[in-house]
Amino acid sequence: MDPKDRDNTRGAEHKGSVSGGDESGPKQRLLTRRKVLVGLSVLPGVALWGRSMADTLADVPARGPGDLLGKYSERSKYVQISRVPEAGPGVRNVEPINAINSKAPLDKLVGIITPSDLHYERSHAGVPEIDPAKHRLLIHGMVKKPMVLTVYDLMALPSVSQIHFIECTGNGWENWKKADENLTVQNTHGLVSCSEWTGVPLRLLVDMVGVDRRSLWMLAEGGDGAGVDRSIPLTDEILNDALVAYGQNGEPIRPAHGYPIRLIMPGFEGNLNIKWLRRLKFGDRPWMTRWETDRYTQLRPDGKATQFQLRMDTNSVITSPSGMMEIRPGYNRITGLAWSGHGKIAKVEVSTDEGKTWKVAQLNLPVLYKAQTRFQMDWLWDGKPTMIVSRSTDDKGNIQPDRRSFIARVGSNALFHYNAQQTWSIDSNGKVHNALS
Amino acid sequence: MAKYTTLCRNAAALSALLSSTLAAAAPPDYGVGRAATAEEIKLWDIDVRPDGAGLPEGKGTVDQGKTVFNTYCVACHGANGQGGIRDRLVGGQGSLATDKPVKTVGSFWPYATTLFDYIHRAMPYTAPGFLSIDDTYAVEAYLLNLNGILPDGATLDRASLLEIKMPNRDGFVPEPEFVHVTNSR
Repeated sequence: MDPKDRDNTRGAEHKGSVSGGDESGPKQRLLTRRKVLVGLSVLPGVALWGRSMADTLADVPARGPGDLLGKYSERSKYVQISRVPEAGPGVRNVEPINAINSKAPLDKLVGIITPSDLHYERSHAGVPEIDPAKHRLLIHGMVKKPMVLTVYDLMALPSVSQIHFIECTGNGWENWKKADENLTVQNTHGLVSCSEWTGVPLRLLVDMVGVDRRSLWMLAEGGDGAGVDRSIPLTDEILNDALVAYGQNGEPIRPAHGYPIRLIMPGFEGNLNIKWLRRLKFGDRPWMTRWETDRYTQLRPDGKATQFQLRMDTNSVITSPSGMMEIRPGYNRITGLAWSGHGKIAKVEVSTDEGKTWKVAQLNLPVLYKAQTRFQMDWLWDGKPTMIVSRSTDDKGNIQPDRRSFIARVGSNALFHYNAQQTWSIDSNGKVHNALS
Repeated sequence: MAKYTTLCRNAAALSALLSSTLAAAAPPDYGVGRAATAEEIKLWDIDVRPDGAGLPEGKGTVDQGKTVFNTYCVACHGANGQGGIRDRLVGGQGSLATDKPVKTVGSFWPYATTLFDYIHRAMPYTAPGFLSIDDTYAVEAYLLNLNGILPDGATLDRASLLEIKMPNRDGFVPEPEFVHVTNSR
């Protein structure tokens, strides 16, 4: 890297992604700047604003008429941001035919809302193309009035909008047994996202069809090829929080996320938020579907498996600096995301000395119930190798566990519900790597 | 500030009104949706529970199931339910407490009803729901036979399926929070 560029660089960056050159004349300076701008597009989000590649104001291109206004607005060509499709733990950037999930670029996102096209995805039989005019929601079982509703029926009912995270129960699965040091935070934690969801409160539908008071479980089933179905306990919390949603971030839910309707189960396993929802059946006991026996259960060291561990636990991760970024000595802003299926985030602490001492990070507003919460902290790095780690506490007093005590408690075969603290190691060159503490 | 307080009060009043509306025994008639008929419910009501609720009458043999499997399932799950590109279905018994657990129908699935439900709803991947009830019984019989749960030549039907105790039937520990579900409805 050119020393002059380095002088103008603030914040974390990918090593080698910014190219400089000799700057002997205006023409070459322009070329340099263009190269640099191209390089910028692959930088993590945090670096996008903090740096200036125009050496003087005279280097900033002149203003002029821009592109024509269209029906959609595209991302800047200087922003390259995308999900990472995977076929399983460690099998990344696969062809779509082999992908079972696609991870959100947490390192390049800011704030707490995930743009809908970058929201993580886990689908079990692809993304069905559903004509809303032909889609139906059947509500039956232990109810007084079994009903068929159209998407338009649902949209005519009183609605609410709520901001919540959804997290795949497999999030974090890369780090159960070992830490590949070349992972980004998108690789380690990209199976969580946060949206504003709009729809009909489940409670309203429960009252509308007259669900029998003895019904304490509900089967929710999707209209995908797998007909993914889960048994959902009808606790007060779930009855008060859950939605049948048709809107995501101000527009109809996108097909990958359940168009035209999906169940939203705030704070609970991603797979309970049944996409392409087409059936709600009320009963008095769980159905023991494939997804709650063979799949989303956690194997313990003794060979037994924990079942119906439905709530996503207290979690956090530093998104910058994070895996594969590079920092420089001096001021660095540490930032990241925290979330809990129990409620609101109450506190996030950050350690920059391998967990020996902790400081309380600032929580950026808003801090919402069962939503991603953004935290940040000032840090002056002295240039010595160290490890940084975050831990969150929610308003129910649950504290995100350190990895050692977490593994000691649940073993390393559980595959799902990993919420141990994430450690990033920083070497003497400022390079950041995934590490186990 | 005063204005803000008023707004907050209004919001609280509105939410109280809304929640009392939602909690009322008789919700307003929204005039949406229609009654579902018993006949159409039957078309979609495919779920099967361990107590036998939803499990249809029908039957199939291990040998018939082998034919069904080798026609519709082998491409993804491999010959004899192993070594395919998708989930392994056979073997793994005794591996769950080791460092390399192998979860299959034989080693992990707790209920024979779950297997029936899943095959019938979701398989084969390219044409879910295509298998007849009898073919579903047959292919389940074959998979149970490969896992040593049914003898060669056996026939599986509704009554015999409900009698099967899968090897890992007692291998699950429910999360305490949801063992006894209650609500204030």
